[in-house]
Amino acid sequence: MKDFWKRYSRNRGAVIGLVILAIVVVVAILAPLVFPQSPWRMVQRPFLPPLSMDQYPLGTDALGRDVMAGLAYGAQVSLLVGLVSTVAALLIGIPIGALAGYFGGWADDALMRFTEFFQTVPSFALAIVLVAIFQPSIYSIIAAIAIVSWPPVARLVRGEVLSLRSREYVEAAILSGQKSGTIIMRQVLPNTISPIIVLASLMVATAILLESSLSFLGLGDPNMMSWGYMIGAARTVIRQAWWLSFFPGVAILLTVLALNLIGEGLNDALNPRLARKGK
Amino acid sequence: MMSNPVLSIRNLRIALPEGADREFAVDDVSYDLNKGEILCIVGESGSGKSMSANAMMGLLPDLVRPVGGEIMFDGIDLLTLSENQLMDLRGRRIAMIFQEPMSALNPLMRIEDQIAEVFEAHNLLSPKERSARALELLKEVGIPDPEKAMRAYPFQLSGGQRQRVMIAMALALEPEILIADEPTTALDVTTQAQILELIRELQKKHGMAVMFITHDFGVVAEIADRVAVMQYGRIVEAGTADEVLDNPSHDYTKKLIAAIPTLATDQAVAGIDKAPVLEVEGLCKTYVTGGGFLGRNPRVVKAVQNVSFTLAEGETLGIVGESGSGKSSVGRCLVRLMEPDEGMVRLGGHDMAKLKGEALREARKSIQMIFQDPYASLNPRSKIGRIIAEGPMAHGVSKGEAYANAERLLELVGLDASAIDRYPHEFSGGQRQRIGIARALALEPRVIIADEAVSALDVSIQAQVLDLLAELKERLNLALIFITHDLRVAAQICDRIAVMQKGEVVELGPAYDIFNNPKSGYTRSLIEAIPGREKDLAAVTVG
Repeated sequence: MKDFWKRYSRNRGAVIGLVILAIVVVVAILAPLVFPQSPWRMVQRPFLPPLSMDQYPLGTDALGRDVMAGLAYGAQVSLLVGLVSTVAALLIGIPIGALAGYFGGWADDALMRFTEFFQTVPSFALAIVLVAIFQPSIYSIIAAIAIVSWPPVARLVRGEVLSLRSREYVEAAILSGQKSGTIIMRQVLPNTISPIIVLASLMVATAILLESSLSFLGLGDPNMMSWGYMIGAARTVIRQAWWLSFFPGVAILLTVLALNLIGEGLNDALNPRLARKGK
Repeated sequence: MMSNPVLSIRNLRIALPEGADREFAVDDVSYDLNKGEILCIVGESGSGKSMSANAMMGLLPDLVRPVGGEIMFDGIDLLTLSENQLMDLRGRRIAMIFQEPMSALNPLMRIEDQIAEVFEAHNLLSPKERSARALELLKEVGIPDPEKAMRAYPFQLSGGQRQRVMIAMALALEPEILIADEPTTALDVTTQAQILELIRELQKKHGMAVMFITHDFGVVAEIADRVAVMQYGRIVEAGTADEVLDNPSHDYTKKLIAAIPTLATDQAVAGIDKAPVLEVEGLCKTYVTGGGFLGRNPRVVKAVQNVSFTLAEGETLGIVGESGSGKSSVGRCLVRLMEPDEGMVRLGGHDMAKLKGEALREARKSIQMIFQDPYASLNPRSKIGRIIAEGPMAHGVSKGEAYANAERLLELVGLDASAIDRYPHEFSGGQRQRIGIARALALEPRVIIADEAVSALDVSIQAQVLDLLAELKERLNLALIFITHDLRVAAQICDRIAVMQKGEVVELGPAYDIFNNPKSGYTRSLIEAIPGREKDLAAVTVG
């Protein structure tokens, strides 16, 4: 573990990413304490520019709502959607990939055709359709994102499992009489963890982007303030009030960037032999 | 001795990165390479035998760097040269061939272009001349049908032919020094003999100095003029081949030479009168691959053809053959890691070849396998105790009992019982192979199949593992099927030997008869190709 941190921290970008993400997490957790009132509440006159009142350093929006409070509550939504939908996508993708890779043959064919079915449909369009059908809510958004983002997981896991199942330790496990389920769980999957972790960190970033895009189009949860919604609502007044779209945009950019940096750092730390080359 | 060194290495010291198991990969090493001689650098893995050659060519890994000494070539210290100056020397004056010719050749380039590229890199000759010279070179290295080989891609050639291409490329610019880093290790024994002869012949013809890096004393005996033995980054002994091989002075050299399995076999055969535990009859396995879109011209490989044998209690049967002979396929068919097409495998009253599901799982308890690669055969994320106890636990033994048994087994194979709480990466290759043996024993099998179980190990470790196997076999009354390409190993451990070629058993008989009175021509050619056979390495005794 100590070794892991040593290798991780060798990548400076990754450390910066981790710091940014930590700030976003702290903001999300502290939001209800710092801004006890709902972010939807009107607090001042509309279109108050940033830094013009100490109490509202980022100004107010078209309905006089505090932009700073919106950003803090938006962090909650983004992180929640990012994490939960990624976990859900992993829960769909890992079993499908593992079964396809391990058993091969017709099981592989059937599962991969099923996966391809999802891959051939443009993921964003599918997500819009799913959210529209199920009514926009935090649950339908998470479900839609999970449903469109599991295929890469299944593909990755299948590839890893395919190469692992011919390893001698897996053959030894077969000979020693272990059942297929045990072999997958104990011998194969633990060795696919590193690439899955790396992929998952990047998937969180993609999920946050997807959620923002859905909210931007007005398909967000109507009861939750999110960064995408803030940008979407501000797009008509972008020339009069740049700050309304600028700050949530920066928030999305930084969070996604942080997650990508972390993903790269994890990759270096988990595959030390690859990372050491070329440095 | 009058010598005329083309290359002299003086007090070379190469540092390893922090946290390595020793400070220097090469520590204060000095030697000369004379014109027109073959110098063998011998050592086990990790001895630093390749490092000085890599330093010379500027091929050291990033974190490994030379910290002292000099490599003098034609009045220049190679360590002081810039990358550009080295580039000019490489290939033109010093050439190198590697262990694995498949990975050293570009898979997407025709042989002709690869050889022409050597000239191109040094801006020599016109394209037409290059191609003519390439053909000449291919003829010189004795490739069958050189015109056709010119147009071939690497994958269309055999291992031996690829190594010949590598040698042709190395010779292209008439270098003064040829460095050969384990060039025959990946080759079959008969091909190895041919390549060694080729190198010897070309060295004489061109008057090159050859630095030959190897772990195999048999190869040394075949080819070396002088020998330097390395251990832990130091040269422990150097001298002419005869001196070192016949009369080694350093303990380590003596130990290494003594560890080489001898070809002397016992006339007494164990187990021949005992009841058979395993009977194999008419085993067949055919692969059909490719065939393209419409299934035309499928490639049919008869991996195992009508193989029959019996294995008596307490007997060791060797299955020997070159790569592609189907020896491993036989082993894998027996335990059903591969499905045989036809045939019967009778073990303990069942026909293993016909069993399914639960019955197969149960029957496999009595036939276990030891694998080749000590690094790939243990799950890197499981602790040793778990690795050994998993099998019995899958068959309903309680966890406590299985772990207690695992501790006992670890001690049986010569490891400390505390190993149970450690991970595989904390062990060396030899120790891992012992863990693999303990795992195979955990289910108390009657038959163990060892598939190239010592091939990946250094010769001294190999000897220890072979001794362990022999001892365990005796104590536990096991029957052993020992699959190997190495006839020396087979001679040491096997009671009877089956020689395989192209999926068929060409000869099966007591080891003594196979080695002293081979009936099949193929067996004879295999035995003749064993490196160092004439020089009876076994005659040396440890003082």
